[in-house]
Amino acid sequence: MNKPIVSQLLSTPAAHREWEQEYAATIGTDKNVINRSGVAIEPLYTERDWSAAEHAGELGLPGQPPYTRGIYATMHRGRTWTQRQLIGMGTPAEYNERLMEVLAQGATAVSLIPCNSVFRGYDMDESHIELLGTCGTVVNTADHMDRALQGVDLARTSCAMNDPSPFTLLAFMLATARRRGTDWRQISGTSNQSDYLSHYVANHMFFRIALPGARRILADHIAFCNQHVPKWNPMSVVGQHMQQAGANPAEAVAFTLSSAIQNAQDCIARGMDPDDFLPRFTFFFDISVSFFEEIAKFRAARRIWARVARDRLGAKDPRSWRFKFHGQTSGVDLTRQQPLNNIARVTVQAMAGILGGLQSLHTDAYDEALSVPSADGARIAVATQNILREEAHLTDVIDPLGGSFYIEKLTDDMQAEIERIVKIVDDAGGMYQAVESGLVQRMIGESARKFQRRIDDAEQTVVGVNAYQVEEDSSARPINPRPNRDAMQTHLDSFKAFKAQRSQAAAQGALDALVRAAGDPRDNVFGRVVEAAEAGCTHGEICHTLRRELGFGHVQAIV
Amino acid sequence: MTHGSLIPKILVTKIGFDGHDRGSRVVAAALRDAGMEVIYTPPWQEIAAVVKLAMEEDVDVIGISSLATDHLIVPKLMVALRSAGLGDVGVIVGGIVPDREEQVLLEAGVARVFHPGSAMADIADFVHGLAERVRARRIAA
Repeated sequence: MNKPIVSQLLSTPAAHREWEQEYAATIGTDKNVINRSGVAIEPLYTERDWSAAEHAGELGLPGQPPYTRGIYATMHRGRTWTQRQLIGMGTPAEYNERLMEVLAQGATAVSLIPCNSVFRGYDMDESHIELLGTCGTVVNTADHMDRALQGVDLARTSCAMNDPSPFTLLAFMLATARRRGTDWRQISGTSNQSDYLSHYVANHMFFRIALPGARRILADHIAFCNQHVPKWNPMSVVGQHMQQAGANPAEAVAFTLSSAIQNAQDCIARGMDPDDFLPRFTFFFDISVSFFEEIAKFRAARRIWARVARDRLGAKDPRSWRFKFHGQTSGVDLTRQQPLNNIARVTVQAMAGILGGLQSLHTDAYDEALSVPSADGARIAVATQNILREEAHLTDVIDPLGGSFYIEKLTDDMQAEIERIVKIVDDAGGMYQAVESGLVQRMIGESARKFQRRIDDAEQTVVGVNAYQVEEDSSARPINPRPNRDAMQTHLDSFKAFKAQRSQAAAQGALDALVRAAGDPRDNVFGRVVEAAEAGCTHGEICHTLRRELGFGHVQAIV
Repeated sequence: MTHGSLIPKILVTKIGFDGHDRGSRVVAAALRDAGMEVIYTPPWQEIAAVVKLAMEEDVDVIGISSLATDHLIVPKLMVALRSAGLGDVGVIVGGIVPDREEQVLLEAGVARVFHPGSAMADIADFVHGLAERVRARRIAA
């Protein structure tokens, strides 16, 4: 009688030895393979590395702690990810036009990227006109937000605002909702850039208020939203900036979890119950082209967060343990050379995110390494998601790679590496202090340089950059759009007219209340920001007031 | 490539609103490792502040990193440098610069634009040669 099939599939010691010998004889000198997190990778994984019998408790089923296989019982089979393309350019009217196109093409939620001048805390009349609207929409007042979101039902459409401290965009949106008679309790979405620590670490465009003030405003923001806008996610903990700045995948997750722990502890220290605010914590990650590693990254992150939330932060409600995340395909991986190749990179990145169990996805346009995406580039990015969701059968099965010897071992290794780095941050006094002292910035800078050296030395292939180069016709490159200068000038003129015509007494009164709130820890700064937005105050006025009261956030020069 | 004993002095900085500083940090470290004297600033410098620092530090070269359209105000920097009597300082730009706008920068007097994927060694070689030309022009003047 034949042996049962199962024993033929499992490698007996003899079979394993036989494979090892044949492998060694065939391969000659084996390469030393390490992944992007620096972990050594074996040529083959078997039940010696991971077995379901031993590790079942580390997996759980989908929707069951520790959520390695997904945070919901149905995952993408029930509801696929939210298709959320980041958009923002030009004036609010131009943004609205693009928004309507993206919604018509299949996007299911709104996002708004403001102009870099907004990120930096300035109004449009304080900025170089050359830079207005080139990277995002110029939204400085509640009127601007109302125009940008014309035709969008705020009670039914999830809106993500790229809105760093002090969250004026959400304030403008709440003011808009009040005008339209929309109940704040129906408004859903996310403050995408609420993680001031990640801004301080990875700089990016944000940086407005000194660390202690930014820390307080975030806690005020969380408390306010919990009470008045309960469907809103006030906290998006951001690993994306760090990985874009050079952190490897394990570091990016470790620093992000450390930030989440810090923010949660700050809220707990104010007397808040973790089960009141943790269900509204979300995470935001970069997805690199390192396919398997990214999948393992997300699986490990879910597992660690479930335990941190329960054991370390004391949350009792399972909703607090669920690691919800938005993924964005990595722009750093995209190349200027042979830009159409980026469509392949974005596809691989997006697949890693989907197989990693994400809740919401932005796919980059192939021409992002050239400039702000063209309309064609943006359309293909949306189509890529549609293809992956509806043609490729990726969503038929939940966690389809679960149980793979390699993926599970990689997930375990990733977990160990993340926990090692979290410990380094803990030993430094927590994320706030580790950022204040520059420790995190130095670690990220070192990883960025290591990776650059691997590319310069051609240890890491980048197609079109250090291998497979071709002569390229620069005229074949897409022409990237720049905002219409005349439309921007008209927008600027009407902004100046608005400021001259509004009730100055009401605006000044609201700014005075903001000053008092900044000096009174029992008051809620974000609540006063919302009142200021409703009183006609501008973004710049609100930011300048808080900067004056709470100090300017200077950045350390760490090379 | 080998160079003489000249130690170039370069200011690596960012003007405008964007703060993506991975590129400026990596390039600053690479030039420092290549033996140059590197003055590095955080992002978001005002044009006037860059001119002042270039003057006080007597740099040969200014490297501007631009990932999010800040290169659009580099022509303003070139004008400000000339008005301050620093027209001889070499200026390079690195980052995301579309072809059409690269031409505008070169016409404004920028010595070269480095695009994503540039090798650190190439940047170091170019800065070295540029600094030699800047010093030679200064001696001639």
